[in-house]
Amino acid sequence: MTNHWIDIGNSDCILVMGSNAAECHPISMKWVGKAMENGATLLSVDPRFTRTSSKADFYTALRSGTDIAFLGGMINYIISNNLYNKEYMAYYTNASFILGKKYGFKDGLFSGYNKKTRSYDKSYWAFEMDKNGIPKRDHSLRNSRCVFQQLKKHFSRYDLKKVSAITGTPTADLEKVYKTYAASGKKGKAATIMYAMGWTQHTVGVQNIRTMAMIQLLLGNMGVAGGGVNALRGESNVQGSTDHCLLWHIWPGYLKTARASNTSLDAYNKKWTPKTNDPLSANWWGNYAKYSVSFLKSMFGENATPSNGFGYEWMPKVDDGKAYSWLDLFDAMYKGEFTGFFAWGQNPACSGANANKNREAFTKLDWMVNVNLFENETGSFWKGPGMDPKKIKTEVFFLPCAASVEKEGSVTNSGRWSQWRYKAADPPGDALPDGDIMVELMDKIRKLYRVEGGAFPEPILNLKWDYTSNGTYDSHKVAKEINGYFLADVSVKGKMYKAGTLVPSFAFLQADGTTSSGNWLYCQSYTEKGNMAARRSTEDKSGIGLYSEWSWCWPVNRRIIYNRASVDRYGKPWDEEHPVISWTGKGWAGDVPDGGWPPMLTAEGKLNPKTKYPFIMKPSGHAHMFGPGRADGPFPEHYEPLECPIEKNLMSAQFINPTIKEYGTAADARATCDPRYPIVGTTYRVTEHWQTGVMTRWQPWLVEAQPQSFCEMSRELAKLKGIKNGDKVIVESARGKVEAMAIVTIRFKPFKIAGTTIHQVGLPWCYGWVTPKDGGDSSNLLTPSIGDPNTKIPETKAFMVNVRKA
Amino acid sequence: MQITRRDFIKISGAAAGGLALGGLGFNLAPVEARAQTLRIRWAKETTTICPYCAVGCGIIVHTARDGSGKIINTEGDADHPINQGSLCAKGAALSQVATTEDRVKRPLYRAPYSEKWVEMSWEQALGEIARRVKQSRDSSFTTTNAKGQVVNRTDGIAHVGSAALDNEECWALQAMMRALGLVYIEHQARI
Repeated sequence: MTNHWIDIGNSDCILVMGSNAAECHPISMKWVGKAMENGATLLSVDPRFTRTSSKADFYTALRSGTDIAFLGGMINYIISNNLYNKEYMAYYTNASFILGKKYGFKDGLFSGYNKKTRSYDKSYWAFEMDKNGIPKRDHSLRNSRCVFQQLKKHFSRYDLKKVSAITGTPTADLEKVYKTYAASGKKGKAATIMYAMGWTQHTVGVQNIRTMAMIQLLLGNMGVAGGGVNALRGESNVQGSTDHCLLWHIWPGYLKTARASNTSLDAYNKKWTPKTNDPLSANWWGNYAKYSVSFLKSMFGENATPSNGFGYEWMPKVDDGKAYSWLDLFDAMYKGEFTGFFAWGQNPACSGANANKNREAFTKLDWMVNVNLFENETGSFWKGPGMDPKKIKTEVFFLPCAASVEKEGSVTNSGRWSQWRYKAADPPGDALPDGDIMVELMDKIRKLYRVEGGAFPEPILNLKWDYTSNGTYDSHKVAKEINGYFLADVSVKGKMYKAGTLVPSFAFLQADGTTSSGNWLYCQSYTEKGNMAARRSTEDKSGIGLYSEWSWCWPVNRRIIYNRASVDRYGKPWDEEHPVISWTGKGWAGDVPDGGWPPMLTAEGKLNPKTKYPFIMKPSGHAHMFGPGRADGPFPEHYEPLECPIEKNLMSAQFINPTIKEYGTAADARATCDPRYPIVGTTYRVTEHWQTGVMTRWQPWLVEAQPQSFCEMSRELAKLKGIKNGDKVIVESARGKVEAMAIVTIRFKPFKIAGTTIHQVGLPWCYGWVTPKDGGDSSNLLTPSIGDPNTKIPETKAFMVNVRKA
Repeated sequence: MQITRRDFIKISGAAAGGLALGGLGFNLAPVEARAQTLRIRWAKETTTICPYCAVGCGIIVHTARDGSGKIINTEGDADHPINQGSLCAKGAALSQVATTEDRVKRPLYRAPYSEKWVEMSWEQALGEIARRVKQSRDSSFTTTNAKGQVVNRTDGIAHVGSAALDNEECWALQAMMRALGLVYIEHQARI
């Protein structure tokens, strides 16, 4: 979230699309309700009428996988009706930048496309530069090659009739949503978006979110109270686990994983440090080397020295151009490329798309380590449906761990608040906190390498691994390492900081090895003043619900990021009733500003040479209305899902996203416009179960409330198929099948898509064969293993199935 | 004086059950008051954050002060600025995660081609795993790739998880896996 949960209460209009907040993030509705009490409008757009829809002022449906068409129509509406915030767009975004001559778009393809590699040469999307190497601009936005004019042209194709034919949403409903939401383009008004996996789990997932981000920029809704782009993250610490980068492509704090071509630390830092020639751009990532060196100092401690590149050589490198993501990982496992596998606090037998492929892949391993609270479908795969244990070689070690209330540490919520939790009781039996399991296992591995030697033991033996007190794992020690220490007496701006003291914030980090910081974004979370995540002040000095002394939030306790865009060029808040920050003439009042530089204009209306543009993480200092870094195009474009019910993309000759890449194993079957699978399928959760249900399916209260899997369908489809409410049905895709109870409701309605009637069904994915008995299995047995070309997040929200009575 | 719901419970708990709290202008039903008293007298109170979705609701955990040390109650933290005491069905049932008898209590091992789990000590389980990690790593370690570039990575082991761990555990886990040379490191954020 760029903003945070309480801030939703400041909004004038809330669009819930690509999520079902009332079901999956129930307490968020407290703040939606607060906004509504103050007159805000709640819009719900979803293929199904959900619990969120039941609270909404207005609800309308769209077919799964058509969000870009829906939102592209909104961009067209905003521009056609002049509802945008022109000053914001012209000065804070790259809408004014002039595009180079090579940029173009024709019939669904941007310039630079290579059909053979299914990828783009992004150099075709470059801006025109002036003699100083700064992008040329036209703040009047009239130049036909400026981003704004190209944007206008691109989305003029998304007229109401065309959008309605694709999405199945009536044109009157489209207009109603567009008009209501776009009213926030007026100064002083704010609208926000609450989205989740309903947007990410598509082959156009990144562009779904980009389309919305662009709408927020058009309307001046980024950085303001009650605005922003707000991902409702699904796990208590999925924000923190992402920040600390349990992901192949990034190191903690969103540093890049080293590529094979980054042959030294200098080469690595040079490659990944963005540059700008614009003196008014802060280009915050220009500090890259301070963060990467401080990270290596936390990894290898005293063993990381200037002469060995701070241990850079010890870090594993990935091959350039190759992906190692979830789908690639299971594809490689399926092909027998791994002998060992850790499934640590995760249940891929149910949570992964095309789950049959994952379950089969486990049989190819020599060993698996499964750390969890409860028995689950992953650790016990060898006795699951269709498996013959006598034929499966895989050894499995199940390690029982402590629950959240049985250990101490912090978790970061969706609003980036890192909150400290305390230990309330011991874990049952011999179960251990995960931290203790890690420490003891790594100690044993280190001992083996110390005694016996082995392949390249340096990183293992040189790792700084001193996170125990009195023989057990100590989360405070790790929390301090994440924050970072001064490793020598360091003088910053004339003040001395002693070696061994905690660094006050990331502005103090150094690139010469005199500081450590496990994650620069968390630098300031645990300082000489104490453990910031443990703060519990209930005072809200801001008046807009920032609660700045309750816990701590990254970066540097800034509660609303991009907040320097919440003011006009004089530093005056767009919304004076809900100011996030404001310029006092001497400094900023309010939230921690996105940099302390003065506003863009002086009181006399002249450019202030000391200013910096507000979007400080972008090398140009401007938000990306035009996004030349994406794999599938600088502007979003509608493409059909990999599996879809219609034979033609009504927008262009490009049927599916032209940059997605399919996997080729026998388990990767797909069926589009196939009479065997004529119904659109989607997946979702229920309040009572969490993710695959690995924790909740063992709890009697929750199982009593939601005992088994179901397939929800319209009355019309049920009639067509001879299915009654409560019948057992079989839902089948090209990859697998599941049994479920039919729930026949008016919450699903057939769509009219390009003149044809299309049905859609939905199933929860929170069940599994281990427990409860007769509860059903995961609906991910149906979903395809195909991912977004930027993130490789699987397309589990739109696929094709058939339904029949069991 | 502003009184939060928690202060109110503390005050009402400290007063004997059923007493009219005239000064505060309200009154608790005797049964409810007695329950509050028991909880406060006989339990240790700790705060936590809900382990499910990422709204990050505050929860108070009551642990028995007697010898059992068991969790006896969990409830919404009224001081928490986000949930202000409210919880959803899952958060409200949190105590069952800790108290259910279905938790796995000892390390388990499933041998190749076996049809059952057997219990194993931590010492043995971690020792055996360490041995396998070393074997898989040593036999799959790639010093240079096809282009001859130095990559120093372990191609034969993969890791997934976890968004359910604490920040400190996540950081330590990535440090450990990367020191072992793994590049196939993924978790819930990707799906």
